[in-house]
Amino acid sequence: MSDQPNSPHSGAPAGAAGIHAETAGQLSPLPDTLLNSTLDDWLAIGPDGDITVFSGKVELGTGVRTALCQVVADELDVALDRIHVVMGDTARSPDEGMTVGSQTVATYWRAARLVAAEARQALLALAAARLGAAPAVLVVRDGVVSRRDEPDDPQRRVTYAELLGGKRFDAPVTGRAPTKSAADYRLIGASSGRLDLANKFYGAPSFVHDLRLPGMLHGRVVRPPSTGATLRALDDSGLAAIPGARAVRLGDFVGVVAEREEQAIRAATLLRLTWDESAALPAQETLHESLRDLATRDEVRQERGDAAQALAGATRVISGRYLQPYQAHASLGPSCAVARMEDDGSMTVWCSTQGVFPLRGALADLLELPTERVRLIFMEGAGCYGQNGSDDVAADAALLARAAGKPVRVQWSRADEFAWEPKSPAMLMEARGGLDEHGQIVGWEYQVWSPSHANRPRRALQLIAGQLVAGQAAPLSAFFYGGARNAPTEYAVPNTRVTMHWVARSPLRASSMRTLGGTANTFANESLMDELALTAEADPVAFRLRHLTDERARAVVEAAAQQARWDEPLAAGDDPAPGLMTGRGIAFARYENTEAYVAAVAEVAVDAASGVVRVRRVVVAHDCGLIVNPDGVRNQIEGNVIQATSRALKEEVRFDATRITSLDWETYPILKFSEVPEIETVLINRPDVTPVGAGEPATVVMAPAIANAIANATGARLRQIPFTPARVRQALAEKR
Amino acid sequence: MAALFITVNGVRREITSPPETPLLFVLRDELGLSGPRFGCGLDQCGACAVLRGAEAVASCRLPVGEVADAQITTLEGLGTPDEPHPVQRAFLEEQAAQCGYCSNGMMIATAALLWRTPHPTDAQARMALDDHLCRCGSHPRILRAVQRAAALMWDADSDADSDQRGQKGDA
Repeated sequence: MSDQPNSPHSGAPAGAAGIHAETAGQLSPLPDTLLNSTLDDWLAIGPDGDITVFSGKVELGTGVRTALCQVVADELDVALDRIHVVMGDTARSPDEGMTVGSQTVATYWRAARLVAAEARQALLALAAARLGAAPAVLVVRDGVVSRRDEPDDPQRRVTYAELLGGKRFDAPVTGRAPTKSAADYRLIGASSGRLDLANKFYGAPSFVHDLRLPGMLHGRVVRPPSTGATLRALDDSGLAAIPGARAVRLGDFVGVVAEREEQAIRAATLLRLTWDESAALPAQETLHESLRDLATRDEVRQERGDAAQALAGATRVISGRYLQPYQAHASLGPSCAVARMEDDGSMTVWCSTQGVFPLRGALADLLELPTERVRLIFMEGAGCYGQNGSDDVAADAALLARAAGKPVRVQWSRADEFAWEPKSPAMLMEARGGLDEHGQIVGWEYQVWSPSHANRPRRALQLIAGQLVAGQAAPLSAFFYGGARNAPTEYAVPNTRVTMHWVARSPLRASSMRTLGGTANTFANESLMDELALTAEADPVAFRLRHLTDERARAVVEAAAQQARWDEPLAAGDDPAPGLMTGRGIAFARYENTEAYVAAVAEVAVDAASGVVRVRRVVVAHDCGLIVNPDGVRNQIEGNVIQATSRALKEEVRFDATRITSLDWETYPILKFSEVPEIETVLINRPDVTPVGAGEPATVVMAPAIANAIANATGARLRQIPFTPARVRQALAEKR
Repeated sequence: MAALFITVNGVRREITSPPETPLLFVLRDELGLSGPRFGCGLDQCGACAVLRGAEAVASCRLPVGEVADAQITTLEGLGTPDEPHPVQRAFLEEQAAQCGYCSNGMMIATAALLWRTPHPTDAQARMALDDHLCRCGSHPRILRAVQRAAALMWDADSDADSDQRGQKGDA
């Protein structure tokens, strides 16, 4: 699947592990990003022989930069430290759309490999002419070309720098050069260290937050107290206390600029603003019912046999209603951008967006500039896991820089980030499953209600600043995407019906977050599977296996169970205590029904009195095809397990009738070191299978594995995320 | 008003910021350091940690005027690529980060822990780092890096096993 600028997007970063490696010599259609491009669009050989790669994809903290360097270094036969990457600069990089979602990496890496292989071929042709030898007898070692039979003859060798240093290829990309076979890789397949980490560990400037331009001012935005509030009055007389500070107002958009960062922060508190607000939000307790009322479009996503009839004739029918809350990306660093209005009136913005080209269009719309007069340059931000505030803060910085006439750095406050970043949308799932007299599932009916998970800005009105300047609400979702991810299961059920109900206006602003709807749908599906297994008096692992025919699916379930010693009684753990109930649960999914296979076993301890759930140990079995960087895959799986455990146990954006009230780490807590489980990963390597992303799949199985473990431990079933102590206590009370 | 001096990474520096300015902004904006990071400004996440003496403290709400007599050490002062601190070496060897935004606080807290408790148990390491948030889920690697750093700092012969990574086919 491609991820072109105009197609919908998934929310998660492209995993370092998801490098696409084709078999050698395989020819397939040119990736869209390579059409009508030249080698010089992608690569340059410097006078010193170093290679500069121009990448439209960006580093999101998952090691993409390192993996790109590995690919190019391997194909071109140069040392890793000779590769330099220009990432996400609209003036220099090719347009590769967004850096999102597991499904994009195949296109990305394939493009890089094809280009590098073709560049090598062009360089070899030049070398052949220079050395008077056929290309077939030449070898390359770290950018030095020589004859295979006399590699050390100094008279018969030539370097990439001598061949093309500082010059252009002047050749189109055809995609016809053969790429290397896996056996010839030196770097791909090895657990390479990340190239960017040393800077971060020694305190060198690494993030957009660290950028300092001459004459730069510091800015802060002063947002309305709630979405839709309008500004009645602004009194900036308090700013007289801060020399050089000034307020900027454009409609309902308000910001301050000052010479120093702490002055800007203080200036934001000194403005006296009068807002008109309305209580437009549904009650948190009835949020999910309101989603049902807001549904505007229905879509049957899977239909097999006759689910209604099968359920009517089933021996036993189990039904469940499952709830997913709004959740926050909660990036550790609030979003930041630096903007500078150039002397010619064009605008340059340094920011950590996942898509410099799409966002450029939105900023041009906002600034009423032609697209080519806006330049976006990517710099890393804190891990984003989807669309956080990065795009919006770029717009804020641009507006303040234009008003101030000087470069302006804007960093959001922690509260700005929590209140205004787009949330992973709340979802409602209703599922019914029916068993026959043998305990096999004969009917499955599944319905999900969700707002769209894709609202990335392409126009000014999709940016907060654009809405505030224009005094208009965000447009209704233009396309519906992501809510049905993993709504269908992999289980062999003869009669199935899966229906998607789309909600056109999300009560809270929503967009892409890691796995989109995959987390909520897998929570519902795998919880219902567990309940059906219990009803059928079957072992949950055996019950899943007898409904799975795909060997790769069966393999991850079996591997997870084996590693977790599923067939043995659960050990009591280090701290057996009265009132502590232990249990374990399993969950399985094939991510997006087309990507990686993943199964997880979670072991929990539940304190009956307090309702506190501890996830002690998690075993993940994972099959993402060929494994390119094993350590990178493990790193991603561990990150997924921990973040998803945090989301399952703790995370819910709270709001009252008017405003979001989760505004800091105390009102939106995440998992801490003392709560992090032991994690074991089983990697199933499939050298013959084209790799798929590893940056997301393990997330989707965590909530159901934990819910199933709680049920195993206590007999109480948690059907609403997160599994807070209060909800656990309530479930325990209802059980009695 | 008397000039304000603070000692950062062993160097005494005259500061023009007013004494109530949070130390974090003095370090980042006036002294041009990038190690300590703004995460919340609320003393809730640990991204801004620095060493005051041998103690890890949040710098985002600490007035610079209160540290005039203290030795402040930032990530830059722990070590350099040529002379890395054992904690920096250990974090690199364990690849103990994803995005790296929290790394400053993790390493500063680890350095403080290892002075206090040279050979921490896993539980002690978790306790020492508990107020430091990581959103990417790098916790297992960070905990391994703490143990590796302890070995590098205090054990002779710990170099023996410290460069085993990066080998092809390690899975």
